[in-house]
Amino acid sequence: MTAVLTRPTSDVAEPESPRRRATGRTVSGILIVATVVAYLVFHTTAAADAPDAAAFRFLGDVRDWVDANRDTHPVFLYGVNYLRLGVRLLVDVVRAALAGLGLAGLVAIAGAIAFVLGGWRTALLAVAGLLGFGLLGLWPESVDTLALTLTAVLLSVLIGVPLGILAARVRWVGAALRPLLDVMQILPTFAYLAPMTLLFLIGSPAAVVATLIYAVPVTIRITELGIAGVAPSAVEAATALGSTRRQLLTKVRLPMARPTLVLAVNQTIMMALSMVVVTALIDAPGLGVNILRALERVNVGAAFDAGLAIVIMAIVLDRVTTAAARRRRRDWRIAVPVLAAAAVIAVLPIPDGLPRISFAKPVNDLTSWVELHWYDSTEGLKNTISTVLLNPLENLLVTTPWWLFTLAVLGFGLLVAGWRAALIAGAAAAGLSALGLYQHSMQTLATVLVATALTMLLGIAAGVLSARHDRLAAITRPVLDAAQTMPSFVYLLPAVALFGASRFTAIVAAVIYAVPPVVRLVERGIRDVPATVVEAALSAGSTPRQLLWKVQLPMARGGLLLAANQGIVMVLAMVVVGGLVGAGALGYDVVAGFSQREDFGRGLAAGLAIVLLGVLLDRLTQGFHRAKGPS
Amino acid sequence: MKNRQLSIAMVVTLLLAGCGGAKSDAGDNKPSAGSKGTVKLAINPWVGYEANADVLAYLLEHQLGYTVEKKNLKEEISWQGFETGEVDAIVENWGHDDLKKTYIEEKKVAVEAGPTGNTGVIGWYVPQWLADEHPDITDWNNLNKYADLFKTSESGGKGQLLDGDPSYVTNDEALVGNLKLNYKVVYSGSEAALIKAAQQATAQKKPLLFYFYEPQWLFAKEKYARVKLPAYSAGCDADPKKVACDYPDYKLDKIVSKKFADTGGAAYGLIKNFTWTNDDQNLVSDYLTNQGMSADQAAEKWVKEHESTWKPWIPAGS
Repeated sequence: MTAVLTRPTSDVAEPESPRRRATGRTVSGILIVATVVAYLVFHTTAAADAPDAAAFRFLGDVRDWVDANRDTHPVFLYGVNYLRLGVRLLVDVVRAALAGLGLAGLVAIAGAIAFVLGGWRTALLAVAGLLGFGLLGLWPESVDTLALTLTAVLLSVLIGVPLGILAARVRWVGAALRPLLDVMQILPTFAYLAPMTLLFLIGSPAAVVATLIYAVPVTIRITELGIAGVAPSAVEAATALGSTRRQLLTKVRLPMARPTLVLAVNQTIMMALSMVVVTALIDAPGLGVNILRALERVNVGAAFDAGLAIVIMAIVLDRVTTAAARRRRRDWRIAVPVLAAAAVIAVLPIPDGLPRISFAKPVNDLTSWVELHWYDSTEGLKNTISTVLLNPLENLLVTTPWWLFTLAVLGFGLLVAGWRAALIAGAAAAGLSALGLYQHSMQTLATVLVATALTMLLGIAAGVLSARHDRLAAITRPVLDAAQTMPSFVYLLPAVALFGASRFTAIVAAVIYAVPPVVRLVERGIRDVPATVVEAALSAGSTPRQLLWKVQLPMARGGLLLAANQGIVMVLAMVVVGGLVGAGALGYDVVAGFSQREDFGRGLAAGLAIVLLGVLLDRLTQGFHRAKGPS
Repeated sequence: MKNRQLSIAMVVTLLLAGCGGAKSDAGDNKPSAGSKGTVKLAINPWVGYEANADVLAYLLEHQLGYTVEKKNLKEEISWQGFETGEVDAIVENWGHDDLKKTYIEEKKVAVEAGPTGNTGVIGWYVPQWLADEHPDITDWNNLNKYADLFKTSESGGKGQLLDGDPSYVTNDEALVGNLKLNYKVVYSGSEAALIKAAQQATAQKKPLLFYFYEPQWLFAKEKYARVKLPAYSAGCDADPKKVACDYPDYKLDKIVSKKFADTGGAAYGLIKNFTWTNDDQNLVSDYLTNQGMSADQAAEKWVKEHESTWKPWIPAGS
């Protein structure tokens, strides 16, 4: 998930005058003192959230209404239910097609397509990857996951590409979509499962719609970028030659934006794949079910096999689509026979028998060895971080009255992010308490902050190292690639095995999940420091340490802040998934919401609270990044 | 081919349904196992449930010739499955009177299919060695005295009460509040995590207070003492927010969808007739968890060795 690409941020780098910086410091000093004093005067005893806040009851009533009217109200009879049927039909058709080909057929067809699009290397990869599903004994599950992913991608492209073109061509459409897409992209996957089951009940249709919502912003964004990026000179030339508007679009803009459009499909696939796995929580079939079961049994080995299958699928889909973007089309004289041969293989009745390999046993052995021998150190690490960092921070946040928290967010927001971002963040902060989930939100926030701090620490260290050592960077790149294609909840398992059910488990999983993009951004930021500057510093006699601290890091500040923004949003997504393994707070509310009927209202409210928390953190850090861009 | 027919059938349904709008169970027109079809069993996330389901699935497939589709679903989501046609049967249900009211009485999409023969117990437990050291710890009145023993990084200065999957039947948060206990409920997330914690507590002599239940194979391996809560009396748990009494003994039962009961034929008959003891279930659970057997192997072993138990379940004439 190279989310970097998908979230364009406008860097307005305004050089600051020394005086402005000085007043900024005074103001923030005053603000900090005021906040501390207000906290000391007004801090509360952290009364637990009421079990039945008005918001919960309201949302519970909404659920009851939907339940009662699902088969009578026209919106459902003629709208939602049809949507559900249609999506289900589509999924069934795609799955029937994939499953109907059989193992040999699908391998042959995929290999042939990969060959035509990318060449023999890609074809080999595709064939090996698909055979891998069979070898792992996960063929039917993989087909289910593939079918759901492809269906969701198909719908995302059908909806996203036209919207993207529209957004690029019509100014107000683009302006109207932008904030909506912003919010959609920071929505953690977890937050919209419950609303989906409310409308579409459980099963594949709800899963596809949830995946669609998760993936479509990327399709729209990248399409918009691609169309908007078509050289004006080409458009002018075509217009001068008398092209109609339709011709302009189909003959000039779309073909010229082709590489970007393929990239849009590629990114959509990656997003969809990671979401499809999570939808196992609402009864979607596929590899996610294996991972969920492994989680329930704390069986790291079983999850390893399933996780491996997901990574293989991601890599194959990624390479094939990237190859398609490179436009090195195979000659039809080769392409046609290859495809024909594949079709013949697909028709032949070849049995699916394959030898089985599984990494479950060695992985489980390793896990139990680690559990046995590292128990004291893992336990010690967990307890230290919890008592030294997490508990004090959580205590501080939960005893802060909600209005003071809101004011602090507003104040610091104004200072670092400008009034618009501050107002949005402040409203989000106030919303948390309006939902009746202030305490849980603060607990989640504390976990998120600690996890983000650790992520940044590790990410910057690793990023600096790989920026300085080319060989190290070459080794870590494929590891980072693989890590970024893993769906979030695969990371819970090793964390659970090592640290049991606790908030620290969620922190560990979040750090593993969020470090790769941070490493990337930091590395890029440091590598982008102009070579001339580095040389100048070196010739002025800087030691490597001085070079890093006085030149490279300060100059890469833009990259670091962007990394912090990305990191914090990813950490939030993972921390709430940690609700599955004892991390409590909002994540737990969401899980309980779709597993206990009486908690439904609270679960939905918690989903909303997660969204608000996401908006708050994103606005503050993104605003920070924008307002004080690379200077 | 079967899938294509299915798709065509669904298009037809779509078109037919077009006249009157689509109900929430539209599109699910597969006959509910009418003639040796597919039986969709919900699999709730604890191993005792799986034992029931695995043996039933084995018999359905090998004795009656059905296909069984297992669906990993949490308890309440399984009930929703009756409505959408995703689920035919739940084969170990713990009470859930509110769901029975909604889905059986009001929506009329599910019916009861008799007890499983198992008696379910839910309660709070401590490792036996801890009860030996502090004999009075098994009375809830003394729990506050020992709260310090159960402190963890997660319990915020209070004692920790470790619960299971958030979807399990539990009144623990209300109990802790209403009995004014200085404890915090922490959810481990799954049965496996609970068992792991309990085993560690026994092996490493770490104090642990945890939510647990019977039938459960672990009790055959290690000793745990149950903590006495204020005695249960009928109706004392009527308001989930005001509960201040122990859990009742649950007569575990089976629930099937209305459609399955009407058209399920021999499959429905088998599920309705199914009844066995806690020992039977623990034996299969043990195969599954500790002997490393797959669902099919465990069920096969039990079925081979207990023919007299399951023979009467097979409906006459099939």
